[in-house]
Amino acid sequence: MEIIWFCAIAFMLAMYTILDGFDLGAGILHLYVARNDEERRTVLGAIGPVWDGNEVWLLAAGGTLYFAFPLLYASSFSGFYLPLMIVLWLLMLRGLGIELRHHVHHPMWKTFWDTVFAIGSILLAIFFGAALGNVVRGVPLNEEGYFFSPLWTTFTVRPEAGILDWFTVMMGLVGLATLKVHGANYLAMKTTGVVQERSRRVASFAVWGVLALSVATLIASSSIHPEIWTNYSEHFWGYIFPLVALFGMGGMFYFNRTKQDAKAFLSSASFIGGMLASTAFGLFPNVLPASTDSKYSLTVYNTAAGEYGLGVGLIWWSIGIVIALGYFTYLFYSFRGKVKIHSDGY
Amino acid sequence: MEDALLLHRLQFAFTITFHYLFPQLTMGLGLLIVIMKGIALKTGSEFYNNSARFWAKIFAINFAIGVVTGIPMEFQFGTNWARFSTFAGGVIGQTLAMEGVFAFFLESSFLGLFLFGEKKLGPRLHFFAAFMVFAGSWLSGYFIIATNAWMQHPVAYEVASDGSVALTSFWGLLLNPWILWQYTHTMIGSVVTASFAVAAVGAFYLLAHRNEEYGKIFVRTGVIAGVISTILVAFPTGDGQVKNVLNHQPVTFAAMEGLFETQEGAPLVLIGQPDMEKRRLDNPLHVPRMLSFLTYLHWGAEVKGLDAFPEENWPTNIPLLYYSYHVMVGLGTMFIGIMLASVYLMRRGKLYSARPLLWILMLAFPFPYIANTAGWWTAELGRQPWLVYGLMRTVDGTSTTVSAGNTLFTLLGFAGMYFVIGMLFLLLVVKTITAGPEAALKSHDH
Ligand code: HDD
Ligand code: HEM
Ligand code: HEM
Repeated sequence: MEIIWFCAIAFMLAMYTILDGFDLGAGILHLYVARNDEERRTVLGAIGPVWDGNEVWLLAAGGTLYFAFPLLYASSFSGFYLPLMIVLWLLMLRGLGIELRHHVHHPMWKTFWDTVFAIGSILLAIFFGAALGNVVRGVPLNEEGYFFSPLWTTFTVRPEAGILDWFTVMMGLVGLATLKVHGANYLAMKTTGVVQERSRRVASFAVWGVLALSVATLIASSSIHPEIWTNYSEHFWGYIFPLVALFGMGGMFYFNRTKQDAKAFLSSASFIGGMLASTAFGLFPNVLPASTDSKYSLTVYNTAAGEYGLGVGLIWWSIGIVIALGYFTYLFYSFRGKVKIHSDGY
Repeated sequence: MEDALLLHRLQFAFTITFHYLFPQLTMGLGLLIVIMKGIALKTGSEFYNNSARFWAKIFAINFAIGVVTGIPMEFQFGTNWARFSTFAGGVIGQTLAMEGVFAFFLESSFLGLFLFGEKKLGPRLHFFAAFMVFAGSWLSGYFIIATNAWMQHPVAYEVASDGSVALTSFWGLLLNPWILWQYTHTMIGSVVTASFAVAAVGAFYLLAHRNEEYGKIFVRTGVIAGVISTILVAFPTGDGQVKNVLNHQPVTFAAMEGLFETQEGAPLVLIGQPDMEKRRLDNPLHVPRMLSFLTYLHWGAEVKGLDAFPEENWPTNIPLLYYSYHVMVGLGTMFIGIMLASVYLMRRGKLYSARPLLWILMLAFPFPYIANTAGWWTAELGRQPWLVYGLMRTVDGTSTTVSAGNTLFTLLGFAGMYFVIGMLFLLLVVKTITAGPEAALKSHDH
């Protein structure tokens, strides 16, 4: 039962990263790929109808985490207090940037919100990467399962690491580079003309950054946390996840060359999914490793809610997710094709 | 520690109060837009259709702010109330997660279709999209009320070996008896807000002699929805809430009514200031025996006062609780008066030229917001000193690892952020209202 919920939440978080990832990526890029009002409206038109729904995956994952693993939710949310609050503020600013821009027709108003949207997206991508970095590195849990991390201390990984140290910052940059490529692939798929050209160009450069940084973090995490390989040596089939990521990486290079934008987008999506799944597989059953003493680590077993609740939850959760996937299919279907901009709306 | 507790409470109170300013309009206006679109679909009236478009614009702005202020709420259970979340997550996590999985996905998907898909969908499907947005927001309300209802009146749980609570009955949680009146009362309260808002804009157009055709539609819609909702919010739903509190939280009831001593034939207090040192109400103005009659339908019935309960179970801020409750009920009574007068004049065909009443309608729109806020303060202050009534004290629910200094930092951050958001909201809504419904038509045409 715990394993099912672990997979369910990992699935929701991966959905979030893939879906909101492309609109974050679009935000990271748009000041660069879209230079005038019409181009920017094209970019916003490409994500406008879907970004809120994408973000709901984060909320729904949070809610599901809350009910399936209450202690994990409580411990990580209070421990990562400051970065989470900053993430919240960034999410708010970014949402306002997208939604309020088109309400006033004045260039200054638009420039301001475009900048807010870009900065918000860039910082969020870095923070999400760093958050994953913290989970891989471990946090100073006490015996009740709580901790508190300051934003930064000395930027070293041990002994009293902050949220940001060299390792998590590096992970943050991986996040930034990956979402940049992902967003560029999405925009290349949804737009035409100069925006499409520029997006393809960004993707072709940035993918080298993704490659270099991923290799570097892989080496770093094996040295900081060598246990992540034990699951792989015990269960050989786990290698399927890194393999998916590897194929995604290859696809990002290849389809970008051949200008098959939709396939390139699917490749970056499978790279993200594969990387997240590989990390989750390596950590299991830990969900928040302790850097203090491994017996304090939070696992899916010592944080799970009661048996009955998890059981009924499975029923409504499955129904709900099937319905939600239905909405998404319909929504993406009805906004399919290249974006056209209207005078109202984005 | 005490400092940190106070700051956690202040931050939660501030952010939720601010958040709730927006969903209450979303939920009420969602219904009114569906009604306007329904009339348009039936009669083919372009005026009604365009009224719906105009209000959809305001709805969109309001919804966006509701979404951005809602996201922090979801996080704060974990960030600020970690021990509460560890304790109760197995139960209330259910309803919160269901809200995300069922309601938020539905709302956010259909909102995109509703706002940008009118031409693609055609009138019938577009009406359907509007209906789904409305249904999503009311569903959202249901799950969140179910969460709050469990905190007011915990049911369907057992205490597990590690001291946390575990769910024992799914339907027990979703059909908590407390929900019935709390849900209907809150939803109708949101319709009150929307009715007053729609009527106020209509009254403004009539008084300013602009867009008068729309002015009349707005006033008519607002007044008809208003008279129904203002009456329903008091009876039976408000009355039902009183009965819930009386039966399950009698000490809260005594504090709300400002009743310090147990009495037979207790009076209903209209005005008066609780004096906590002397344990009495200063400058009281009351109706003798009325409270006994209202609660037990019997003039001489005994009503328990605060003295009947141990002081450690008294709500922690009795004066504020008492004022909140009286503000809500006082405003509710006035709303009924305003709406009845408006309907009366409307039936005699005089409302659209009755300038004094139009002025009142125009200026009254902030008061339902105040009533809704005061109502929530009544519920939440009345629950104190418990976080989960009878099970967990508020002091035991905070995050132990988050220091007062860090909480103050984020509280100030929220204050600054919400100030800016509030200004932006007002700016955009005022701009939409001054541009008028014709502008909504124009931007639709091409
Ligand atoms: C337009 C808004 C509005 C108006 C006019 C009223 N209420 Fe209300 N009331 C609410 C909006 C509201 C609310 C915001 O919806 C609350 C907050 C929590 C809740 O359950 O509903 C609430 C709570 C609330 C509670 C507290 C429940 C608790 O402690 O959990 C009681 C006893 C009443 N109401 C009773 C009344 C009565 C007798 C009214 C007579 C006119 C009245 N309300 C008017
Ligand atoms: C339905 C969803 C809601 C839930 C689950 C909820 C939950 C909570 C929690 C966990 C606290 C902090 C602990 C405490 O002080 O007891 C709190 C406090 C508070 N809430 Fe709510 N709340 C909800 C809705 C609202 C709304 C809509 C408002 C106001 C408009 C509100 C007003 C307050 C206030 C004023 C406090 C502070 C009370 C005090 O500390 O004395 N709540 N609520
Ligand atoms: C502490 C309690 C609360 C939490 C955790 C919470 C959480 C949220 C979140 C995360 C959103 C954004 C959803 C999206 O992205 O689409 C939201 C919006 C919404 N909330 Fe709340 N909320 C709380 C209190 C309330 C209350 C008391 C009500 C009404 C009874 C309410 C009704 C709504 C509605 C209708 C929306 C959708 C649109 C809008 O914001 O206007 N919420 N809420």
